[in-house]
Amino acid sequence: MGSKPIRSISAVLAAFLGLAASGAAHALEWYFQAPASKMAQDIDTLHQYVMWLIIVIFVGVFGFMFYACYAHRKSKGHPAAQFHENTTVEILWTVIPAIILVAIAWPVTKTVIAQKDTSAADLTLKVTGYQWKWGYDYINGEGEGISFVSMLSTPREQIENRAEKGEHYLLEVDNEVVVPIGKKVRVVLTAADVVHAWWIPAFGAKQDAIPGFLRDIWFKADKLGVYRGQCVELCGKEHGFMPIVVKVVSAEDYTKWVGEKKKAMAASADDPNKTWTVAELVTRGEKVYAANCVACHAAAGQGTPAMKAPALAGSKFVTGTEQGPIDTVLNGRPNTAMQPFGKQLSDTEIAAVITYARNSWGNKASDVTPAEVKARRK
Amino acid sequence: MSSVPHAHDHAHAHDDHGHGHHAGGYGGIMRWITTTNHKDIGTLYLWFAGVMFFVGGMMALLIRLELFHPGLQYINPDFYNQLVTSHGLIMIFGAIMPAFVGFANWQIPMMIGAPDMAFARLNNWSFWLLPFAATLLIGAYFVPGGAPGTGWTLYPPLTVQMGIGMDLTIFAVHILGMSSILGSINIITTILNLRAPGMTLMRIPLFCWTWLITAYLLVAAMPVLAGAVTMSLTDRHFGTTFFNAAGGGDPVLYQHIFWFFGHPEVYIIALPAFGVISQVIPAFSRKPLFGYASMVYATSAIAILSFIVWAHHMYTVGMPVTGQLFFMYATILIAVPTGVKVFNWVATMWKGSLTFETPMLFAIGFLILFTLGGFTGLVLALVPVDIQLHDTYYVVAHFHYVMVAGAMFSAFAGIYFWLPKWTGKMYNEVLGQWHFWLTLVFFNMIFFVQHFLGMAGMPRRIPDYALMFETWNQISSLGAFGFGLAQLIFVYNLFKTLRSGEPAAQMPWEGADSIDWTHLPTPAPYHTFETPPVLK
Repeated sequence: MGSKPIRSISAVLAAFLGLAASGAAHALEWYFQAPASKMAQDIDTLHQYVMWLIIVIFVGVFGFMFYACYAHRKSKGHPAAQFHENTTVEILWTVIPAIILVAIAWPVTKTVIAQKDTSAADLTLKVTGYQWKWGYDYINGEGEGISFVSMLSTPREQIENRAEKGEHYLLEVDNEVVVPIGKKVRVVLTAADVVHAWWIPAFGAKQDAIPGFLRDIWFKADKLGVYRGQCVELCGKEHGFMPIVVKVVSAEDYTKWVGEKKKAMAASADDPNKTWTVAELVTRGEKVYAANCVACHAAAGQGTPAMKAPALAGSKFVTGTEQGPIDTVLNGRPNTAMQPFGKQLSDTEIAAVITYARNSWGNKASDVTPAEVKARRK
Repeated sequence: MSSVPHAHDHAHAHDDHGHGHHAGGYGGIMRWITTTNHKDIGTLYLWFAGVMFFVGGMMALLIRLELFHPGLQYINPDFYNQLVTSHGLIMIFGAIMPAFVGFANWQIPMMIGAPDMAFARLNNWSFWLLPFAATLLIGAYFVPGGAPGTGWTLYPPLTVQMGIGMDLTIFAVHILGMSSILGSINIITTILNLRAPGMTLMRIPLFCWTWLITAYLLVAAMPVLAGAVTMSLTDRHFGTTFFNAAGGGDPVLYQHIFWFFGHPEVYIIALPAFGVISQVIPAFSRKPLFGYASMVYATSAIAILSFIVWAHHMYTVGMPVTGQLFFMYATILIAVPTGVKVFNWVATMWKGSLTFETPMLFAIGFLILFTLGGFTGLVLALVPVDIQLHDTYYVVAHFHYVMVAGAMFSAFAGIYFWLPKWTGKMYNEVLGQWHFWLTLVFFNMIFFVQHFLGMAGMPRRIPDYALMFETWNQISSLGAFGFGLAQLIFVYNLFKTLRSGEPAAQMPWEGADSIDWTHLPTPAPYHTFETPPVLK
């Protein structure tokens, strides 16, 4: 007995130390991210205040216990006293903790009230959670009218370990949210399908996005930089893969960004009168498919049975009438992850992706034009 | 048969000779299927809990295996979510709760001087519902779409997207709830009606008190859960919209209903654990429990408060500021009665005559680590701090300190403590101590570092993570494998004890003073207290 477990423990300890050394490339993060807003700073301060109280109480209480374990042992010949109550002591250790709790609750209450005050915002940003991306609409203040969808930009190869992982693995997106420094930003949240939650740790701002309801929070960033967070409410298969990136810039840079973003949005908007060839639609549709459909319907259109996502390859529905697929993409299928894409995608994008599905993986059918999609919109 | 130490009540000492050993005279498997004996049923509950503990544990190991490195290696995200869900449901409903019902079955009649549970046949059915529920829970993996990937909280509308495995899980929850309610009615009736003459309510061992209060919590809370999942079921199949805004419902309504069950559920698990600890600490301190009456009042206070704090699990849903403040104040108030309990246990040890056999080690481990879990609970009760930590690994660490270091350590303390009473055989003390120390070290290796992960910003329930979280995850995963291996020592020790353990003394623990020790032989015969004991 003894030598074997000791050897296995030392093996584990060695592995532990080895890991600590190998982990040195990334600094060991063990505390809150550096605050970039007064709210995050206040939360940090509150946490430290409570933590020190806890440590003092913990050491005090278990100091008594360990002293008893040391001094009141049978092996030291300590006789067992037989007392089993003491009213004074019992009242004291009920009242003193109650007083400590009031001392905790008082400063916290002020922060709770401040955290809830979303009035007088300089900028209002609407955030919509989708399976599995974020939609952003600047609905009030400078930049009003800007609207985009933000998705994970980490390549699939990195996730599947076929390529080296980048510095911001899983915490990088194609379209970053940009906000000006020192301005109160009100964030209004909702979701299109299931409950998601939006979180930027450095701002101390977290809120569930609830389908069918609007909820709001606010933040005011006081440091320039890029801040990263993730969806924190389990929302299905790709829950771990819908990050949030907010870039805080100076007022001038923000104005510049608003101008550029608006120009880019105008440029990328499709000319409604353009006539698309089938080849053009398929090329465009492949991109739309990769961004919106591949997570469930899979790369070769084979579907994911576990997600109730049917195969598109060889599907009679996909290659049948044009209205069927158009209505499904526009309006979604209730009670599945197939959401209404009508609000997220333009007529051209929907026409393109359906044409792509009707003419890929062995499917062969007529193309769908943006005009046909427009006609089916209610 | 060993002699009974108290001359005044050896009338029962001959009981088992007159009645044969097994109910109805059945042998083999039929003995266990038809049994109405509280000891047999207690044994069934404990074996069932043990098997489920290993099934749920294997799921946890798969989860920790996937999280050893960033990137997806062994399991896909969908299956990962299924494991997260089943691990939670199986550990709570399949392992921890049945383990404590097993203790209740074995101990309550012997501790209050009753011949058996009040409703013996109902008791049989309460247990035999469980294997059906477990079959549904695990069977969900083998239907199209697999088990639900929603987390054990089963939040809609995600539940609506799941396959038929979701329906199986809902039915499993119904059956588990039924089993718990029937078991609780039995426990309440037994404690209130079958106490021996002179065994007043304020004399019953504290374990019976905590179970009496727990049983009331179960009767009140389980129907609420059944209602919540039934509404999910009709939302899925019958066109109702309880939790769908498009039809006038609200997804957050489910969360309120669920946590109205879910928070009392935390105490349903914790209170019997407190009860076990309240038996073990006095026994190994050779000193009466300090503040018995205040323990009873504190337990009742915790139970009542547990029904008015549920929304502290939902600070981020966007409730009004008055709601947040109410639930915050009510939650931190729970620290007062919980503190009283911890102080009472420490005061029980104070100036005792302490020895540190395995049950006491697990009890002390419980005391320290459960208190730590309680403290992180206080941190999480504070709205602004919780908003930063909600749905991160900090929460995962917090509730595993309460569930594993709380409930499970207490269950181990109870098993080592009562095994000699039940089997008449003594476990191997050296192996027991190795089991404790390895479990303690590896437990902290798994979960202490998860506080750091949560504070640094790692969300829970994700199959893959950013590179900065790698080191802590590796330490946590190594700890998990070590923890799993350490439990094999327990299994070995258990089987060794059952097969070839040393015969236990009549009083293996000299400080134990409840009537199951003082008024009954060791091992306890198949039927006990057919005539009530005489109590001074």
